[in-house]
Amino acid sequence: MAVNVRKLAEKPELLAGGHRACAGCGASVALRQIMRAVEGHVVVSFATGCMEVVTTIYPYTAWRVPYIHNAFENSAATISGVEAAYRSLKRQGKIDRDINFIAFGGDGGTYDIGLQSLSGALERGHNFLYVCYDNEAYMNTGIQRSGSTPFGAATSTTPVGSKIKGKQQWKKPLIDICLSHGIPYAATASPHNYVDLMNKVQKALSIEGPKFMNVMTSCNRGWHFKADDSIEMNRLAVETCIWPLFEVEYGVFKVTYKPRNKLPVEEYLKHQGRFKHFFKPGNEHLLETYQKNVDARWEWLLAMEEFSKEHPYGGLFKPAE
Amino acid sequence: MADRKIRQVKLSLTGNEAGAFALKQANPDVAAVFPITPQTELMHAFSAYVADGAVNTEMVYVESEHSAMSATVGAAAAGARAFTATSANGLALMWEIVYIAASLRLPIVMPVINRALSGPINIHCDHSDTMGARDAGWIQIFCENSQEVYDSLLCAFRIGENKKVLLPVMVTLDGFIISHTTEVVETIERDEDARAFIGPYEPWISLLDVDNPVTMGPLDLQDYYFEHKRQQVEAMTNAPAVIDEVFAAYGELTGRRYERVEKYRTDDAEVVLMSLGSTAGTAKEAVDVLRDEGLAVGHLKVRTFRPFPFDLVREALSGAKVVGVLDRSISFGAQYGPLCTEVMAAVHGKDVEIRNFIYGLGGRDIFVEQIAETGRSLYDLMRGKKDLPPQSYIGLRE
Repeated sequence: MAVNVRKLAEKPELLAGGHRACAGCGASVALRQIMRAVEGHVVVSFATGCMEVVTTIYPYTAWRVPYIHNAFENSAATISGVEAAYRSLKRQGKIDRDINFIAFGGDGGTYDIGLQSLSGALERGHNFLYVCYDNEAYMNTGIQRSGSTPFGAATSTTPVGSKIKGKQQWKKPLIDICLSHGIPYAATASPHNYVDLMNKVQKALSIEGPKFMNVMTSCNRGWHFKADDSIEMNRLAVETCIWPLFEVEYGVFKVTYKPRNKLPVEEYLKHQGRFKHFFKPGNEHLLETYQKNVDARWEWLLAMEEFSKEHPYGGLFKPAE
Repeated sequence: MADRKIRQVKLSLTGNEAGAFALKQANPDVAAVFPITPQTELMHAFSAYVADGAVNTEMVYVESEHSAMSATVGAAAAGARAFTATSANGLALMWEIVYIAASLRLPIVMPVINRALSGPINIHCDHSDTMGARDAGWIQIFCENSQEVYDSLLCAFRIGENKKVLLPVMVTLDGFIISHTTEVVETIERDEDARAFIGPYEPWISLLDVDNPVTMGPLDLQDYYFEHKRQQVEAMTNAPAVIDEVFAAYGELTGRRYERVEKYRTDDAEVVLMSLGSTAGTAKEAVDVLRDEGLAVGHLKVRTFRPFPFDLVREALSGAKVVGVLDRSISFGAQYGPLCTEVMAAVHGKDVEIRNFIYGLGGRDIFVEQIAETGRSLYDLMRGKKDLPPQSYIGLRE
């Protein structure tokens, strides 16, 4: 199964242009791609955050599909209610349409404040796709660190001072947490590789049960790079294996893109103001630490791909054969 | 039975069971619930109806009250008749979404089993939980007993769903005192009759109407937010007439006639006591004791705290010289408790003395004799024999 991009391009946009995202926003590009990949009807719930704000400033909306924003931490709980209503009304014969459900949240709304709500919805097994658009900090409120902010990155709340240099903790391995719920499908994606991203959206929506996707979305305002380099930043994150593209279907790992020449992490970090201090004399250890962590994760992922072929853990939602 | 159109049957039910029974008869499409004492038994009883296939309700057993209200909002926004139920800290945890439910104009119904808010942690009755939600934009109906719980819940759907209202409705019952006490409750015998009274649900908006996509919960800034708040005021202003209409229709059907306030021996009363919830029953006993002593004392119960029945309270207190308002919660730093503050506003400009009494916090019992003694001291105040501070306590060790 592969998306036919030319055919998809002929469909009307479900996310209309004219929204108010910043120039260079990676998230709005990813969002448009995700909505383009949806076939059939869809209802969307959104956590408070950049994309919520820029697409729905009353009395305008960029959404051509039913959309609800409830609050910051409850996109997954809200879609749970919508999906429960769907099941109830369908069972009662009050509606007959087939409808997809997608809950969106930024990294703040997913890694942090919305994690409990997401965990509950995954465990309950609602038939929905959760998409985290991960721009690695609370961008909407002014670039504060989140559980997703990478090690060493400078943010408004983890500035580079004379004693403390940026964020002291690692990025939370969110997809691992989601996978631990035994869900049937989880994937990472990046808008620079839109075919891979759209394939994953379509695959996710074709599977019954709770699905999760984490999409890295560059933020030139928060990461401090030139607005026209957004897609390039996402590409470099993948080429350095900082953001590996993979999917896990019923417990089987598949790395969906393997760089021919894995680039060193500085090829990604050096373009971004948030990592500027990595390249100051005396801070060489930051770069080394970062590279080590990325390498270890990448090797683990490749090993998991092999291991899970032989030992597929089907998870908790696999249909009986 | 002559004036009644339907058959009714008496059941022995606790407040929680009466609530669950009414909800079973209402047959909502979705419920999202999370356990908290003393709400749990309502949930258990309703889950048993679900397990027996007695309702069409899709249950969402969420991981917190915040998600309970969030999922209920999602379900209601998707065109489902939806409910949840909670108490105290659970209501506090869902606080953010309680406001959003009202501002999205979703007619959710929520029994709240009144329990004292932490801290210190306590599981017994007072009204601090629902009083904390009094400005959230919900209709609030306080119940004196299990019968009122059953009746109010059936009425709640019809009130909230009325197109002139479209507001969520909270039906409150006192934790343990009502929720766990078995009483005789007269119920509509056939579920169809109860369902016919509520009527089929015709949502004003639905996310599942994919042919007519709507954006719900957009960012609303300086240019529109104020007007939207004004619309909520309008809904609340429309509510009393709708409540009266629904209560009247319910009275026709069942013979149980309710008003937004309940007057008990107030017509010639010089001293009027006021309370909410289960204490009203105790206070009416105290009124009888005082009447036997030759004192012209009455009791005025407020059933709908939101919208507050200002006109009815003002009218009911028109002959009173002294009013004693019993509050089962404290508004720290305010001169009076929540109920007394509203009563002061209702009688503003009238020549009447008002005293506020805080009682029963954390489930402390209130007895007939304590209220009778309060009535006597108010009588002494009226006669100039005694002075009383604006606010004092009943049953407190100082």
